Amino acid sequence: MRVTILYFASLREAVGIDRESCDLPADIDSTSRLRAWLRARGGAWATALAEGRNVRAAVDRRMTKVDASFADGAEVAFFPPVTGG
Amino acid sequence: MAIVVRVQTADFDAAAELAALRIGKPAVGAIASFVGLVRDHNRVGEREAAAEMRADTRIDAHIDTGIAVCVDARVDTLTLEHYPGMTEHSLERICVDACARWRLIDALVIHRYGTLRPTDQIVLVATSSAHRADAFDACRYVMDYLKTDAPFWKKESGPAGERWVEALASDHEAAARWSPDAAGVDAMKRTA
Repeated sequence: MRVTILYFASLREAVGIDRESCDLPADIDSTSRLRAWLRARGGAWATALAEGRNVRAAVDRRMTKVDASFADGAEVAFFPPVTGG
Repeated sequence: MAIVVRVQTADFDAAAELAALRIGKPAVGAIASFVGLVRDHNRVGEREAAAEMRADTRIDAHIDTGIAVCVDARVDTLTLEHYPGMTEHSLERICVDACARWRLIDALVIHRYGTLRPTDQIVLVATSSAHRADAFDACRYVMDYLKTDAPFWKKESGPAGERWVEALASDHEAAARWSPDAAGVDAMKRTA
């Protein structure tokens, strides 16, 4: 399936891009699987998305809790914990 | 009842915004508001200054406020980034939740993004109701959840360079106090 992936704040700086469009293998259908798939790129991706890192995700502009599935055409975002206000 | 959310780079006139919540609305008996500002120092600096107060001299005391600040923790600019589209949606949802919980007449959130300087306004939350308790509690609720749920990120810049602000556990604790299973919720849910 094809998804748009967005990166924000320190995570955006670490991976060097703010968005990309990806054709994902069929089994990459949730935020935790996608995170692992991106981590496998190695380098900055492996560090920024390392398992111990506190990285939040949103699917179609809704904050997700632990793991969330998504469908073809979804907009998935990864970012550090928010600090507004 | 109206919910208004604005995410913008421009400054806002808090007095004019509050006036708009009462003019022509005679049922309003109370307006509670909160304005968040850019501080000239970060929390790390306050903590370090407290620890180093005894020995170190690289501390700028704010004589008027009594707050001691490490020179390295000075903030010259604060740059806010957000997730367009999701931010508005998230702030609206927080206001909808507040309206379901308290008897509100209006709820307003204005949040800025871009590069700001100390003394600049960042956010305005205002809630109006017939009686003060609803407005007071809802205003704090919206602000507490804005801190944990709205997709904004702050980057500070000062003499020590740039630094992304880290989320605070205390912010999550503040929001968690409003959850139905949290202790003491009855005190916070009191009605007018």
